[in-house]
Amino acid sequence: MSIDKDTVKHISKLARISLDEKKINNLSKDLSSIMKFIEKLNKLNTDKVTPLTSIINASLKSRPDEIKDEKIRDQILKNSPEKNEEFFVVPKVIE
Amino acid sequence: MSDISKFSLTEIVNGIKKKDFTSEEVTKSFIDNSKKSKKLNTYITECFEDALKSAKNFDKEKNYEGLLSGVPIAVKDLFCTKNIKTTAGSKILHNFIPTYESTVTNNLWSQGAFLLGKLNCDEFAMGSSNETSFFGSVKNPYGDKLVPGGSSGGSASALAAELTPATIGTDTGGSIRQPASFTGTVGLKPTYGRCSRWGIVAFASSLDQAGPMTKNVKDCALLLQAISGYDPKDSTSINTKVDSYSSKLTEQVKGLKIGIPKEYRVDNMPNEIDNLWKKGIDYLKDAGAIIKNISLPHTMYALPAYYIVAPAEASSNLARYDGVKYGHRAKGKNLIEMYENTRSEGFGDEVKRRILIGTYVLSSGYYDAYYLKAQKVRQLIKDDFDKAFKDVDAVLTPSTPNSAFKIGDKTDDPVSMYLNDIFTVPVNLSGLPAISVPAGHDKNNLPLGLQLIGKAFDEQTILNLSLAIEKRANFKRNYKNWWT
Repeated sequence: MSIDKDTVKHISKLARISLDEKKINNLSKDLSSIMKFIEKLNKLNTDKVTPLTSIINASLKSRPDEIKDEKIRDQILKNSPEKNEEFFVVPKVIE
Repeated sequence: MSDISKFSLTEIVNGIKKKDFTSEEVTKSFIDNSKKSKKLNTYITECFEDALKSAKNFDKEKNYEGLLSGVPIAVKDLFCTKNIKTTAGSKILHNFIPTYESTVTNNLWSQGAFLLGKLNCDEFAMGSSNETSFFGSVKNPYGDKLVPGGSSGGSASALAAELTPATIGTDTGGSIRQPASFTGTVGLKPTYGRCSRWGIVAFASSLDQAGPMTKNVKDCALLLQAISGYDPKDSTSINTKVDSYSSKLTEQVKGLKIGIPKEYRVDNMPNEIDNLWKKGIDYLKDAGAIIKNISLPHTMYALPAYYIVAPAEASSNLARYDGVKYGHRAKGKNLIEMYENTRSEGFGDEVKRRILIGTYVLSSGYYDAYYLKAQKVRQLIKDDFDKAFKDVDAVLTPSTPNSAFKIGDKTDDPVSMYLNDIFTVPVNLSGLPAISVPAGHDKNNLPLGLQLIGKAFDEQTILNLSLAIEKRANFKRNYKNWWT
């Protein structure tokens, strides 16, 4: 399937990536060639195949849900591009 | 004193233990080489001062209990290192300082090693040439115009150029084995679940695995032993015994059955690769192994399936980079615009392509046609291997369809870049262990590797077979130093 410019715009919206017109053109070309490559799979009949869900032959273990507070709030906040004393700051959401 | 940086990891560990040299002397030797290596562009972050402190400290305390006592090691910048910048080769994480240490690097430090620096890689490990890094492309010691492979290209180049005695990379579709092949070094992708993924910047969670990259097979066994093991923090890591790979290592492979899959003889494969493969068969025959022709009929579908599964998982894993809690943030009139601009500025072209492919194949109405289909194909590929491993102990193939290519050669055509992983990707899809061992040079004197694929959790057998090849191939990294 070829990925036209409208489809690129749609999925870039879903993926929250803004793109200019030139990038959209390039991506339409690149993504189309990648999808064409992927669609080789259509030659293979998989109607009777059960999809793989895990490659490890082990069931996932559960563990106690414990709080492990390392008291590193300040260190974590240090990585934030914008913060006040205790919070991450984002552009205003509610008018 | 002879140049310590020329020694193997095992020789360095033993030399420190026997007091032939101090940890400080070892560390200085690699720092000296690293400082002169700017043209290779392997380092994103240098930790030379801290490394020297650790070395001096080690020489005072003299604790020789670990497998890697007193050894400085530089690692791929995809492993989170506490209080040390971790970028994943991306602008979006250019200033990220983790508050925690990845389990695999922590295992290194528990064995007595310490950090020398963080090595360049393709952005979020997405690439086969180390050209997608925000910090620039890495050069191959075999030539200033050549890629070192990727995504663990900085690791491979630093190792081959003797800037670190050994290193660790990650492998989602070939990112350890392909650069190992391109630089004449040994690289192993362990069984999925052998090493913890905790604290590694995630790319495709059902495929990612950390692994050792070393100068020889013996070092590889040692380093694998050091990093392996169950970790309650990674629910997909497996609680099975970690073998003493290095002490059990043997070139006695008599009677082992080796499968040669006919589907790996691809169109347009250079004669040199085919000849190398034949040489590998001869080496193993000479060592007493039994060669059997096998079929892995769904091999040709592995790459297309990979390019659904990996981008789908990546698009989900990379949703967290939104400019709020860490990393790069761009301006925007409102929250959504801030997200969109942040991700547009923060991610490079290849990462954008993969996020968009992943978003597309997972978007409403397409799940069955793509992701579900790919998981079915993945089952078929795994069944191929399961069936083959009823008759053979390991599978021998070339590591890559070509030697190192020129910088810029494949950047305009993403699919031609993807085809470089044609021999490595099926292994990730099946969760199996595989190693690339250098076995020869092509007519341009560029290294070529052979790949051995093993049964799940049978890393020992492929290490042993690699040792048998290594002894017979008598491979030497014979590049001329052009960067100092």
